[in-house]
Parts: sequence; C-alpha cells; structure tokens
Amino acid sequence: MALLEINKLNKRFGGLLAVNDVSFQVESGQIKAVIGPNGAGKTTLFNMISGTFPATSGTVSFQGRELNGKKPFQVAALGMARTFQNIKMFSGMTALENVMVGRHVLSSAGFMASMFRMPWTWKEEKEIRDKSMELLALLEIEEHAHTDAQSLAFGQQRAVELARALALEPSLLLLDEPAAGLNIYETAEVGRLITRIRDLGITVLLVEHDMSLVMDISDEIMVLCFGEKIAEDTPKNIQQNPEVIKIYLGEE
Amino acid sequence: MKKLLSVLPLLAVVIGIHFLASATDTMYYLTQMTMSAYYALLIIGLCVLMGYAGQISLGHAGFFAIGGYLSAALTTHSLVSYQDNAVVSFLDSAGMLLAGHDLYGEAILVVSPWAACIVAVCTAAIIAVVIGIPVLKLKGHYLAMATLGFGIIIYRVALALEYFGEADGISEVPAFVLLPGLSVSGNFSDRVQNYYIAWGLLLIGMVLLLNLIDSRVGRALRGIHGSDEAADAMGVNTSGFKLQTFVLSAVFAAIAGVFLTHYNGGIGPSEAGVMKSVRYVAIVAVGGMAHLWGALLMGIVLNFLSLRGVFGSYDDAVFGLILILIMLFAPNGILSLNIRHRLKQLLGRGKTDKEGEV
Repeated sequence: MALLEINKLNKRFGGLLAVNDVSFQVESGQIKAVIGPNGAGKTTLFNMISGTFPATSGTVSFQGRELNGKKPFQVAALGMARTFQNIKMFSGMTALENVMVGRHVLSSAGFMASMFRMPWTWKEEKEIRDKSMELLALLEIEEHAHTDAQSLAFGQQRAVELARALALEPSLLLLDEPAAGLNIYETAEVGRLITRIRDLGITVLLVEHDMSLVMDISDEIMVLCFGEKIAEDTPKNIQQNPEVIKIYLGEE
Repeated sequence: MKKLLSVLPLLAVVIGIHFLASATDTMYYLTQMTMSAYYALLIIGLCVLMGYAGQISLGHAGFFAIGGYLSAALTTHSLVSYQDNAVVSFLDSAGMLLAGHDLYGEAILVVSPWAACIVAVCTAAIIAVVIGIPVLKLKGHYLAMATLGFGIIIYRVALALEYFGEADGISEVPAFVLLPGLSVSGNFSDRVQNYYIAWGLLLIGMVLLLNLIDSRVGRALRGIHGSDEAADAMGVNTSGFKLQTFVLSAVFAAIAGVFLTHYNGGIGPSEAGVMKSVRYVAIVAVGGMAHLWGALLMGIVLNFLSLRGVFGSYDDAVFGLILILIMLFAPNGILSLNIRHRLKQLLGRGKTDKEGEV
C-alpha cells in the first residue's frame, strides 16, 4: 500500500476543470515531484490533498485512510505537514516560537491547563522547546532562534518554515515550490536539505518550477498540463519524454 | 511562577496607591480605582481576544451587562410569591436562596449572590458560544458589525424588559458576601477591602492570561493571528480556538459585570450601551492590541480619568478621538510610540514599517 493514493481526482471551478481525473501514488520513503507549466493545476492538487478545499470528485487516501471532507487541521494531525509557496510565517513571533507551533498536534495543554500552569504542562512545554531547538539546529539556523521570524532573510524564513513543518513529525511532507525566490546557491542548499529530510524517513511530495532541482533530487516525477496527468516516470525518462519536451519547449 | 513574580511590582503599586491616598487624605480616589479595576478585568480579556486571537468584538459591553443585570435581578427580585413553586422550593432547600426583609419589613426571598454570580457567568458563557459559532466565521469589518448587532440587542433587551428595570435599571442590589467579613459592596466602611478585592481579582485575571499567552494555546492563538492558513496547516483547530477565546473573554466581562454591579449597588442600561463597547475596543487599541500590560495600564488610567469626570460631558467624544489618533499615529499602541520616527514618517522621509514586508 502506498503512503498517499490519489484516485481520479477532479476539481471544477465553474466552467474550468482545474484538475482532471488525476490518479497517482506516493510510495513511502521517496521524493516525488509534480511539475508542469503555470496554471497546470499543481497548487490546486496540493490544496485538495491537504484539505484546504474539497475535490469535486475522486478520493485522497493517506496511510490507507480516506481524507475526503477532512479539514486541514485534521489532516495535519494524521501526520501530513506542508509549506507554502509564499512563506507564511507567524508574524510577531520568534523563529523558535514559530517552530513550537508545529508541535501543536503532538501536545495537549488546553485553555484551563495553560492558564493554571498545571504541573504536567511544564514537562510538555520543555519537550516542545527542546525538540524545536533541535530542529532549528538541524536546519542550521539555531543562532536565529530568538529573532523575530519575519525579520529573517528569505532563505532563513524558508528554513524556519521547514523546521515548523518537521516539528509535526510528519510521515508526509508537502512542499509548495520550496525554491521559489531563492538564488542558485540557496536552491542547491534547499535540495540538500530535502534529501536529508527524506533520509530521516519522511516522504516528500513537492511542486516545483526549478527543473535542475527537481531532476537532481526526485525519485519520481509527475507532469501535469492543463489539469491532466501527461507523464509519470523517473527524472531520466521524463527528460526524454517527447510530450514533456513539447510542453516545455513548444512545438516545431 | 515567573508570571506570579511579574505581577508583584503591580501589587506593590496597588498597596502604594492605598498608602498615598490615605497619607494625602484622598481616600475617595480608591472608589474610582476599584471601579477601574473591574473595567480593566474586562479589558484584559478583550485584549487576548483582539490582540492575540485577532478577533474584534464590539459587543463586550453586552457580556458585561449580562453578568451585571442577571446577578442584579436575581438578587433583588423577591420570589416570595412563587414559594410554592417546585423549582423555587428546590432551590431553597439547596441553599441557593436567601430570606430577608425589605425596607418596609416585608419578607423577601432572593437568590444568593454566589448562586446568582454562577448563573450570570454561565449564561454569558452559553450566549457567547451560541453567538460565537456563527459570528466567528466572519472576518474583519463583518465580524465587527455582527458583534455590534449583538451589543445593540442586549442594550434594547435591558431597556425593554420590566424585569431589568427598563430605563431605570436595577438598584438596591445587596452586598456580595464572598467570605464572612469580606463582601463586595459600596458601603463606605468597606471601601478599602473592596479596593483590594477588585485589584486582587484583576491580578489573578492578569496572571491567568499571562500564563495563557505564553503556552501552547497562546502560541496557537498568535499563530492564528499571524496566518490563519498556516496555523490550520500546523494542526490548530482555528475556529475552535477562536470560539474558546471568545467565551473566555465573555466570562471575564461577565465577572467584571457581576462584581461592579454589587459594588455600585445597581446597574443601568448605559452599561450595555454600544459606546461602552467602543470604549473598550479603543482602550485595547491604545494599550497596543497584543500587549496585556498596555491594556491593563490604559484600562486603569483612562477609566479612572473618565470616572473622575475629567472628560466632562465629552466623555464618549474623547474616546472616539483617542481611537482616531491611535489608529493614525500609533497603530501598535501608545507604548510603541516612537515620536521622532513618527514625525519623520509624517514628513515623508523615514521609511514606513510596512514597506519591508512581503
């Protein structure tokens, strides 16, 4: 059984079929990329997987469980974390606090327990803090732990966002254009990080424009065009697929 | 523990004010300081809702009034004529009623202040849930308008029902005996103890809220404020947390209403008025929205000045003006005001904070 199974997923916005009968699977432990020209339906596909909006028809199964109708916070609790194309930092919070929010589903202190500082919450708080610091260290940004997250450089914010998603201890990590806005050095760095995340045993599904990054790190690539899946293969074969070349380079 | 220590200086200030007032023979200031403390209790609750959860409410005077009016009505309206009613006799045998005599020596039977307080606060909480579930789906202006509508309804209900005394409100509300020898009342002889009851309650409220914002829940709330979508993706049940915060702030408002009503010995419809809600929002804004200490400080200072009559008949106008000035010159609150920087910005030289943001 694959970790994530997408079956005949459709999304219709009025007269526009943004995603048309797309089926694919993500196997545990792989890095899978979704590529395609602008407007191909990549982000729409992502939003349906993470529960941001419902599919018109078709199913998404995660760890063998159907997600249909589940809200993003419920999907997150099952172990699926995501990042956003335009980084969404929690403004007014430090980098560390941002990452600490990522531990939300793994902790349980509610309003009453928090207001009255129940002794059992002390241990939980400490664990949240330690684990978050560990992740910041893993992404090599621990020296910025106490800096306001929004004042960090763009690349560092990406790292904080990644640490925040990892704090959830996901089995599947969805990355929406992780290299957007980064220069070639930073892109290479992000690629190295993603590979490292995969090596930690976390499956990665990413949407990306940067071809060099995708070809370097992916185990498998799916190509979307106008909402339809036109290819799904290894990076090597995708590079030689005539239909993909036609889309990216245009017809003669 | 750290939070407890952080309010210790405030406790010292509270005691200091008492001694200062007694040394300068101005003990009457303590009355307004007591009332200000109750209003500040509402304001710090509203501060968590607005500044941390990022949800505006222009209806908090409504929750204050629900607390105040219910406890006033229950502890003043005699149930003697319903004595044979099964519910009333059950309450009586449960020890929730108090028998006594009115001014003319007639026997009366009223709900005890403790029971009335619990009923009033629970009612406010239930109404907050019922209102909050549909209303908190709204954002920004729409949420402001919906909560404003709620405030207006409560105001009109207070004015319309004979049970709540219509335009006269309810007076002759008895003292609220918290413990033997410790009672919330406007009696001259109880002035000092009431000053400490009010401030004690405010300090406890402050510690609880400081604890809250520096916790898993507080981080989730600030996350919702920062980016609703990202908080959702991190597993935060955003609508559930907004609702719980709304209810929490309504409970703070209702408790303030109950205590202030017993202290004043009555409540009138102006406490439920829309201008009161606007005033509370203005004070939270002046304090800096996401700044509990700022809200507390401004809650005390502005209410104290208003209660002393410093603003005269321009009271509401002053709060309107404050709101405009704060929005223009110090949207992050008066404590964030960096006057030189603001002046430069007005002259078009300095860079605004917003420019750097994505």
